Amino acid sequence: MNAKLMMSMTVTAALALAMAPVQAADLDAKTAEIVKRDFRDKGIAKATRVNQDELQAACSKYVDKLPPKLKAKLEAKEAETIKFPADGKFMGDWKAGEKLAQSGKGMTWSDKPEDVPGGNCYNCHQLSSKEIAYGTIGPSLLNFGKVRGNGEDIQRYVYARIYNAKASNACANMPRFGHMGILTEAQMKDLVALLLDPESPVNK
Amino acid sequence: MRTKQTYKALLLLVLSASFSAVAAEATVTDSDRIEQYREMISDGNPAEFDEMRGEELWKKAAGPNKVSLEQCDLGKGAGVVKGAYSEMPRFFKDTNKVQDLESRLLTCMTTLQGFTEDEITAKPFASDKKQSDISSLTTYVVGQSKGIKMAVSTKHPKVKEAYEIGKRIFNYRAGPYDFACSTCHATTGVRIRMQDLPNLSHNKKDAQSAYTTWPAYRVSQGQTRSFQWRLNDCFRQQRFPEPKFASEATVALTTFLAVSANGAEFAGPGLKR
Repeated sequence: MNAKLMMSMTVTAALALAMAPVQAADLDAKTAEIVKRDFRDKGIAKATRVNQDELQAACSKYVDKLPPKLKAKLEAKEAETIKFPADGKFMGDWKAGEKLAQSGKGMTWSDKPEDVPGGNCYNCHQLSSKEIAYGTIGPSLLNFGKVRGNGEDIQRYVYARIYNAKASNACANMPRFGHMGILTEAQMKDLVALLLDPESPVNK
Repeated sequence: MRTKQTYKALLLLVLSASFSAVAAEATVTDSDRIEQYREMISDGNPAEFDEMRGEELWKKAAGPNKVSLEQCDLGKGAGVVKGAYSEMPRFFKDTNKVQDLESRLLTCMTTLQGFTEDEITAKPFASDKKQSDISSLTTYVVGQSKGIKMAVSTKHPKVKEAYEIGKRIFNYRAGPYDFACSTCHATTGVRIRMQDLPNLSHNKKDAQSAYTTWPAYRVSQGQTRSFQWRLNDCFRQQRFPEPKFASEATVALTTFLAVSANGAEFAGPGLKR
């Protein structure tokens, strides 16, 4: 191989390296532009839903594998969003929680404004041993309280996890039920009870 | 025509009866059930009726210009339908765009037949009340690629770019639930409730078998559904707003998914739960 050819190959390789990130950034920008233009309002699902917050944009850009520093920064920010119940109580009614966990309804363009969103829990998690039609995207929560007990620390932890799962794992698949206004405080307490109440079918 | 309808009604009756029968068995998975339907009706998928309807529409003079679609160029020359779908999306010089089958049909229906784009895109999917011409045309065209290997070329820079943008749309998280396509379709062997989910981005076999079996007759809906419909309903469940029919975003995403299926024999129109 002659020196000239080697030289030109080195230059080409260097150029390719230098150009790759620029191209990626251009494609990211172009994607955002296309998405903003090509989605429209339908029913309750308004076009503005494609506008990403900082967390959604970062998880998309890094395909859910954030650089550690950014991950820690975003998780701290998400943790600040969590509003704990003013009455200091975390446990609601597990029966209402089970109903909520079963419901996969809510917030699609075919749902009506008055439809109450469900918890969608069984879509991704195993919970009660009686329900065999459970999804497997998330971990099994069978015997969750039986294994961990139901002291105040774990109650608080579960409430926070439902309120904003991204506070403990920035690019988690799980929605931020409290932060995004999907579930009410009372509903989230019912889900805490479903997981932790000794009488709940999750722990039987 | 009457015989055809009677046959269709009978077939549906058999299908729905068998569905409720097997649904009672808790240990049978959805994929087992679908396999059962497939075997049971291997000599006749109800999508065939939609294929026939689409073929009639393709050959019939229609629109303000009263011409058929037989001069429509799907990428392999005017009027060539055989094998066209397994090479789509592709770049078209006349529109200077990457187009999937449905956006290309839209071009032909507007430029050749004289329909307005709004007439077609207002209600592009079939409902119980009304059939969709563009959807039936799609079913017909894809049927003409059955058994032909998927070979979507990314040589053209615009197709390559569409693929890259499509990949980014696949990973684009937004909406009240923070979902992207990848939330459900980037892991192998997971399911929502009892529904198995194909891993479309990191599992070649899953990506191939999912893509090559759409469009499909949906037993639960009694309709043959196109690929644009498939994407539309995914975005609904993702809690996104509605993707515009045949838009650049949907074509880019389709390009990403179609290229991921390259090498597999196209097997549509398929049959789904």
